Amino acid sequence: MSEHIVSSRLYYTIWIVLLVLTGLTAWISTINLGPLNTIVALVIASGKASIVALFFMHLKYTSEKHTRTVVIASLFWVGILFVLSMADYVTRATAR
Amino acid sequence: MTMAACRRSPGRLPLSHSPTAIEHEHNPALQHHFADMDQQKKAAALGMWLFLATEIMFFGGMFCAYLVYRYWYYNEFAAGSRSLDLKWGTINTAVLICSSLTVALSVRAAQLGKRKLLVILLLLTLLFGLVFLGIKGIEWKSKFEEHHVPGVAFNVNDIMHEYPQIPIDPQHAQVFFSLYFAMTGLHALHMIIGVGLFTFIAYYAYKGRYGPGYYTPLENAGLYWHFVDIIWIYLFPLLYLIDRKPLR
Repeated sequence: MSEHIVSSRLYYTIWIVLLVLTGLTAWISTINLGPLNTIVALVIASGKASIVALFFMHLKYTSEKHTRTVVIASLFWVGILFVLSMADYVTRATAR
Repeated sequence: MTMAACRRSPGRLPLSHSPTAIEHEHNPALQHHFADMDQQKKAAALGMWLFLATEIMFFGGMFCAYLVYRYWYYNEFAAGSRSLDLKWGTINTAVLICSSLTVALSVRAAQLGKRKLLVILLLLTLLFGLVFLGIKGIEWKSKFEEHHVPGVAFNVNDIMHEYPQIPIDPQHAQVFFSLYFAMTGLHALHMIIGVGLFTFIAYYAYKGRYGPGYYTPLENAGLYWHFVDIIWIYLFPLLYLIDRKPLR
């Protein structure tokens, strides 16, 4: 991780891709895709977030297993938070 | 520690005599409890990622509250989302992406020892950060004027008139706007902290503290900045793009 120097050309390419995806997600939201609208928006957001983490945050270049463990573990924990919470709210007839 | 470096220093003790310690003996940034700069840097990076893990859980609580209420009050979330300014939201996303680019390039400039470029990129980052906060301020101001801020003056009659097709309970709409202000507010607070951090980083970069041998504070502040960018990358579709389809 430490000594890897990414080429500036790659950074500019990533930047353009992120800007295009931002415009794309704003545009797609105005088209009626039914329930797919939310899914498309979240897929694009996750794609952008992954690109930022992999290239700008150098995750792609790290050989450190600790860093990967922390990242995967935190996503797993937040997944527990979302999935188990929603499993409860979706399946119970709670007072709103 | 890479495998190659391990092989170069088979016995780590005594630390002061390990080849890497001697090699970096003159780096003033090396703290005495680390064997060498490489170890110090990796320890700092791991600490930063652990901090970001706690931040993910911190924001995760808000996102979870958002999920539950969006599931319950979808109509109010859809209408509330329509009342946000898509133009400013998109521009602000682009501004943050530009700031992430300048941060990534600034780390690269430090790695290459280009001090002047480094300072320029850091000042650009500060500029983008302040532009983001300024645009956020414009958006919040219009929300105050429209009485969309939760509280005694809260009123969504204008939204109900604009979208008569969407059945809205004002109390539930208040929940959407509470979450909007809490989430964008918490994000803006992180941006303010980030601007503060980068002010110091830019000052020390100008003083020539960072170069190929030592740029850990810049790299870790950069990780923080990118993380705050990622939070916004999710906030943008979740708040602004809930339901923008043409209404029948």
